[in-house]
Amino acid sequence: MSLKEVGPMQEIKNHMQIPRDEYIAGGHSACQGCGHFIIVRHLLKAAGPNTIVVNPTGCLEVVTTVFPYSSWRVPWIHVAFENGGAVASGIEAAIKALQRKGVLPKDEQINVVVFAGDGGTVDIGFQSLSGMLERGHKVVYVLLDNEAYMNTGIQRSGSTPFGAWTTTTPVGKKWKGEWRVRKDMIQIAVAHHIPYAATINPAYPVDMYNKMVKALKADGPAFLHAYSPCPTGWRFDPSRTIEVARLAVLTGYWVLYEYDHGQYKVNVPVLKRKPVKEFIKLQGRFRHMTEEQIKKLQEIIDQQVEMINKLVGKQVIGPVVE
Amino acid sequence: MSTTKLPGWRELPEGAVVRDAGNTETIDVSGWRVFKPVIIDEKCTRCRLCWIYCPDGAILEIIDEKAKMGKRYEVDYMHCKGCGICWRECPVNAIEWVPEER
Amino acid sequence: MPRLALTTNYAVAHAAKDSDVDVVAAYPITPSTPAAEKLAEFVANGEMDAEYIHVESEHSAASALVGASAVGARAFTVTASQGLIYMSEVLYIASGLRLPIVLGVASRALSAPLSIWGDMHDIAPLRDAGLIIYFVSSAQEAYDTVIQAFKVAEDPRVHLPAIVDYDGFVLSHVTEPVETIEKEEVLKYIPKNITWNTLNPKKPISMGTVGDPDWYYEFKYQQQVAMENALQVAVEADEEFGKMFGRKYGIVEPYCMEDADIAMIAYGAHAGTARVAVDKAREKGIKVGLIRLKLWRPFPSEQLKKLLEGVSVVGVLDRAMALGGPLQGPVALDVGTLIATKVPGVKLVSFTIGIGQRDVRVDDLVKAAEMLDEVAKGKEPPEKTVPIGLRE
Repeated sequence: MSLKEVGPMQEIKNHMQIPRDEYIAGGHSACQGCGHFIIVRHLLKAAGPNTIVVNPTGCLEVVTTVFPYSSWRVPWIHVAFENGGAVASGIEAAIKALQRKGVLPKDEQINVVVFAGDGGTVDIGFQSLSGMLERGHKVVYVLLDNEAYMNTGIQRSGSTPFGAWTTTTPVGKKWKGEWRVRKDMIQIAVAHHIPYAATINPAYPVDMYNKMVKALKADGPAFLHAYSPCPTGWRFDPSRTIEVARLAVLTGYWVLYEYDHGQYKVNVPVLKRKPVKEFIKLQGRFRHMTEEQIKKLQEIIDQQVEMINKLVGKQVIGPVVE
Repeated sequence: MSTTKLPGWRELPEGAVVRDAGNTETIDVSGWRVFKPVIIDEKCTRCRLCWIYCPDGAILEIIDEKAKMGKRYEVDYMHCKGCGICWRECPVNAIEWVPEER
Repeated sequence: MPRLALTTNYAVAHAAKDSDVDVVAAYPITPSTPAAEKLAEFVANGEMDAEYIHVESEHSAASALVGASAVGARAFTVTASQGLIYMSEVLYIASGLRLPIVLGVASRALSAPLSIWGDMHDIAPLRDAGLIIYFVSSAQEAYDTVIQAFKVAEDPRVHLPAIVDYDGFVLSHVTEPVETIEKEEVLKYIPKNITWNTLNPKKPISMGTVGDPDWYYEFKYQQQVAMENALQVAVEADEEFGKMFGRKYGIVEPYCMEDADIAMIAYGAHAGTARVAVDKAREKGIKVGLIRLKLWRPFPSEQLKKLLEGVSVVGVLDRAMALGGPLQGPVALDVGTLIATKVPGVKLVSFTIGIGQRDVRVDDLVKAAEMLDEVAKGKEPPEKTVPIGLRE
């Protein structure tokens, strides 16, 4: 097993090879145990210093850049909530033009990366993401999905899972949390004919790191959907962030798979899935769920797993085993 | 905010840009903690997981040729918020979870 | 220097090409669409070396320009009406981020009712956004002013977005002779010199930070100071343009003001109509002069003050309605404030003309001059804005 760290933009064989340089500083005001930062720390290590970050409004942006402070050791820009895709498109195009005109050195690859929440991607940012993907800009778009508008205090988004309590899908006499099924952003991204899309999860850091490298090297737009547990919004003890992230994979709630130039591959096969009950009992936002609701959520996951198994062509994610 | 006088508009950078990249590292967030992690060096197998999973970069991996396997891990108590992920994820229970004293 | 027959839409596209714009991000909207098409044609033929981003909305057009400018590119777009209002959120941000993007706006009425026809309802609400706003009255002036706009916007004393506004259809679609300038000569006037904050991996900065109550006020004030600087910079830019290329306009253009007792202020295409009306009114013995307003923001207070001293009444011909205001014309409100603070004693009459592209006749404006004459002779000014051409 190689114990030596490698430089950025290279795939790693194991977690001992994760490079030591840090591109995001501590001292920011994220909640204890915030999933976003575990993800962003490593994705930036994979990208290296030649990276421009576009960050629509959200938790990540607000906790890292209250003037006169910034946690970002790479160039970073925030413009608005809904235009991450468009701002990144402008940056990517400008770099191309300026390299062609000799203003910027031609042989230097400058990575353009968007870090956006589910608000700024799945809902208000959907249009500008779609435009960017369709036009083929060489940008890596990372969706940091904590399944609600967390920055403004836990309101539902198009990514909020079935049954979840949020402040705008509260539990009362008539409503019992969110009643709709979340959007499938990987399939939406793939429908734009992009070269690379993948799900990532901070409990699987080597897989996450390598997918970022692949995304940065893709010959066109790349879309990474990151699972980012939120202790504050999902109501669990902040020490359990990685545990929740891991259980999401082990229950099939979050399948780690990738789409690479037309081929699907599941990166973390789960031969015996844990029942979703194991997963939701850790999170206060699901505490109110009835047997019927839990059954419905299990069905939703089963359907998702079946679809992915079909795409891959074999049963890589197995059945639920109690 | 603080009682010291803040700079006027003439002295501030144009467009509210921050030029001192990464200067949140000067901010002390130790006041957030109720519990703190304490690493037991003798038990640590240098697996790196605490360093990998810390959201605040508050576990430092220090290259030290005198240490076991040439490196050791230290908690940066200025930047540790006491979330407890390192304590939970350590595979050999080399991190103790100690109440913060005030 | 090729002399071409161009609509104002095409003139604006030529100006962007000759200014060596690096990035265009444009979304089609009537009546600016031909400008976006012409720019695509230039890029497609290799006549213009720029990246053309086929954005999926105007909001994304402005956002892409912000991204491009943030990396040091010279960035340009064209839009109108609903598109301008849709992207306005981002224009405020571009101003706060101090990025020198330039826009051509083929001014058009705002829904509802839906109207594709020209007036200035789209640009009027952006008065306070921290943007440099020019009104032009001809295709030639549009061409020249786009080039001047880059100079002013990119000046280190300014660093603000700039809009060159021209009347939809009446200017945007009407062919006029335009003297164009070779790109190499234009670049001597506006060399590529990136003086604003940019994203550079070698010197990482964070742009677009949060300004809490301890900081926000100072940054807004910086924008105000930049707007004040922009006035002098605009005057200088126009002077230098005149020296290098033989055409200059001033930021206000007086006509027959030397001995005028009555002033009419007009802007855009209808300043031309007003000029003819002034001649006709003079034939009737009315001592009226015209002030054509070219720069709206920053507001040329000193220049207008000088022209209004010694005048007893001023009539402002607005092409938009400031609904519910103390008077209902946007520029009239500015002129009212100027008079109240700097030229007391001058009476103000506010008119709206050409709303929703209602035809504006010379005789309508002659009647307006007659109305102003009556006020000069002692009649009380009308309490509300006079809607010329409205059917009661």
